[in-house]
Amino acid sequence: MSEHTRTHAIDMSSVLRDKGNENHQHETCIRVKDLNLFYGEKQALHGINMEMPKQKVTAFIGPSGCGKSTLLRCINRMNDLVDSARIEGQILLDNENIYDKSVNVAALRRRVGMVFQKPNPFPKSIFENVAYGLRIQGINDKRILEETVENSLRGAALWDEMKDRLNDNALGMSGGQQQRLVIARAIAIEPEVLLLDEPASALDPISTLKIEELINELKEKYTIVIVTHNMQQAARVSDYTAFMYMGELIEMGTTSELFTNPVKKQTEDYITGRYG
Amino acid sequence: MENTKIGHHISERFNVELEDIRNKVLMMGGLVERQIELAIEAYTSGNMELAEQVIKQDNEVDELEIQIDHECTQILALRQPTAFDLRLLITVIKIIHEIERVGDKAERIAEMAIKLAGAENKLSHYELEHMAVLVKGMLHDALDAFARMTLDDVPAITALDINVDREYDSIMRQLITRMMEDPRNITRTLDVLWTVRALERIGDHACYICEHIVYMIKGEDVRHLSQEELEKRVKFK
Repeated sequence: MSEHTRTHAIDMSSVLRDKGNENHQHETCIRVKDLNLFYGEKQALHGINMEMPKQKVTAFIGPSGCGKSTLLRCINRMNDLVDSARIEGQILLDNENIYDKSVNVAALRRRVGMVFQKPNPFPKSIFENVAYGLRIQGINDKRILEETVENSLRGAALWDEMKDRLNDNALGMSGGQQQRLVIARAIAIEPEVLLLDEPASALDPISTLKIEELINELKEKYTIVIVTHNMQQAARVSDYTAFMYMGELIEMGTTSELFTNPVKKQTEDYITGRYG
Repeated sequence: MENTKIGHHISERFNVELEDIRNKVLMMGGLVERQIELAIEAYTSGNMELAEQVIKQDNEVDELEIQIDHECTQILALRQPTAFDLRLLITVIKIIHEIERVGDKAERIAEMAIKLAGAENKLSHYELEHMAVLVKGMLHDALDAFARMTLDDVPAITALDINVDREYDSIMRQLITRMMEDPRNITRTLDVLWTVRALERIGDHACYICEHIVYMIKGEDVRHLSQEELEKRVKFK
């Protein structure tokens, strides 16, 4: 029985509706339209269409090589840095195509922050790490910097731990703290969107829970897109989940629906740990 | 019996665990079916040994319930199942509760058999037996649907509940008439009524099992719906 699942046009209006709460439509923040991506000859993303609602957490899950990180990186044009990458289609951020020629990529990345699997703090003090984004924008007012650093560290649930160590070198922090510091650095410049690429996969369970808790708090202000291999994590932190396989979007829905009653057999096989 | 819905996990042990749970549920169901049979036989024939056997057997059923419950909890905690696996476990936890209740009803009938033994029992056994066959069949078919994990027969099973209710009403009318004829009959007639009532409830439990199975297969909650609505939901792909 081969259920063929080339779902190029998933009806998002049905997806982005909380079940049982039909009137509750969410505003779309990011809209991906017919997106194809090639690395040289090889096509890595096939006709992706999806919408990510504002101030919600959307998780991408799928086996290694399914294109979920690639898709995430498209949202702040990180793939521009890969020479062989070529993109067709559109990604609209607040209805503006981010691949339009007029778009300033640096400005885009200020609006769309990103955090990677391995924490990558700069070899500077904790304060300077968080203030970095403001400094390169030419903001050097001590009061503004201090205020922003405090707010950002609070936002990343790090202030209480670090307020007396702001001048310590960031590389002396634990992995979990470093990851939260990187998140603080990302939110210091007040982006609209936060992209998290496996943000907790290198962390111990407690640090992981702290990050997850943080994600839950951050979604009040930011639209969050997270890539994770840990399905329980996706189930815990996200509002919507997209399952990808071999460069295609197989199924997207509310997380609770997708994990209890997925529509597609491929999704079911993957999340229940079956070989398809 | 290999079941494709349960198998094919990458973790072979998970397959075995789920299969084991499923078999235990069916074993428990089998026990309870036998309990009903024996209880009715004890009731109609006045065989006290049979009645005692039914009451004793209830311990086995209770034990299985606890065992299966524990295994489900273990799997939920250790494997964090999703999708069908999750629904399967939730369903099992609910179904074994229904089965256990059916076991209690059988026990009740056996108790009434002991109480009414030797008494002149004017109600013809024919009607009671007929009702027993009906609800036992419903339970059997519901458990069969669980074993095969299909919904093909579910609407037909739940539809039978109307017949059960009709028979219940009809017996009830007879019992009321008898009580009105001679108040000295009341105590005994009430005992007969409890028996009939137990049978009627077994039919209800069979229907609840069916509803849980619909959730397991389709992920849709069809509890508290009319028969018509249930049929529509089951047939809707």
